[in-house]
Amino acid sequence: MAQAVTSTSGEGSLVTPTLLQLFLLFMRIGLTSFGGGLSGWLLREIVHSKRWLSEDEFYDALTVCQALPGINSVNMAIWIGFRIAGVVGSLVNLAGLLIPPAVLIILLGTVLSSLTRFPVTGIALTGAAAVGIGLALSMGIGLARRLRRRTIPLIVFAGTFFAIGVLHWPLLWVAGAAALINVTAEYIRLSRS
Amino acid sequence: MWALPISLFLIFLPMSLVTIGGGYGIIGEMQRQVVDVHHWMTTQQYLEAFALSRATPGPGSLMVTFIGWQVAGLMGALFATLGIYAPASLITFGVANIWRRYRGARWQKALEVGLRPVAAGLVLATVYILLLTINGGWLARAIALVATALLVTTRINPLVLLISGAAIFTLGRFFLPV
Repeated sequence: MAQAVTSTSGEGSLVTPTLLQLFLLFMRIGLTSFGGGLSGWLLREIVHSKRWLSEDEFYDALTVCQALPGINSVNMAIWIGFRIAGVVGSLVNLAGLLIPPAVLIILLGTVLSSLTRFPVTGIALTGAAAVGIGLALSMGIGLARRLRRRTIPLIVFAGTFFAIGVLHWPLLWVAGAAALINVTAEYIRLSRS
Repeated sequence: MWALPISLFLIFLPMSLVTIGGGYGIIGEMQRQVVDVHHWMTTQQYLEAFALSRATPGPGSLMVTFIGWQVAGLMGALFATLGIYAPASLITFGVANIWRRYRGARWQKALEVGLRPVAAGLVLATVYILLLTINGGWLARAIALVATALLVTTRINPLVLLISGAAIFTLGRFFLPV
């Protein structure tokens, strides 16, 4: 389980995990995340505490994974696995993230279906879900901090937030239009420079 | 014995491609298919499966696994899970491949930088909606905001935070007028 230093970027040296380490981390995240915010856990563990990816690369991956169909956390597991260890990495991450909780939901559903009827379980889960929201919010702040301080990106950012969060417009149309506008603007900017 | 698992697979297959973000968008369509069209579950059973998927760890979309299990046992669980995850997973895998091959291309940079404000807006809008709708009153919102502050400013372990959040909220519910 020797850890090799692979690169020295601005954010300090990155570390390459073994497949077992990848599996164990995704299993832990799969088994301990309640109420969403899984990607927030990934940022915390993979970038901040373990240094397997740089923060920039993580946010790039998150941005692309959000735009693709599928569940964010599952897409992230595939993407991160592939970046670190190729096809096998993707499969290992998927297995770690999905199989243990899948077994658990079947066990709990059949054997202990009465568990969710104890009020205290529901109350504790609400508290855990609140922390899940905190994880998602801290990730949203991280993304927002990295925006270019220019007119078009900031308008697109504010417009997306307002249209979805306040006006409840359909997500696909809003995200599609916002993406089209801003990606085109960036492409033109990159072509000129 | 294959008919039921295969029809589960075929029903969840297209839903895989319209799941965006957390997958909340497909809950309604899933209910229509499973309860109204195929009569595999009652509405009550469906709602219980939904509650169970919120109460267990992991992606909420694992609710599909449980539905498959209830409808057709182990094969049902396997085929339903494959249906909901396989197509989108293959696409993500393909794009990850293309991304590595064209590392540094202009279109790639434009997509990464250009999609970022959209991603930030989506994440924060989702958080905003969750904060408004979480059924725990001001205490739950306070826990979410304190957790955010701690996550942004310190290197605290999320698991510690999760357990503390659950404990503080439970105690608060019993001892504070919420």
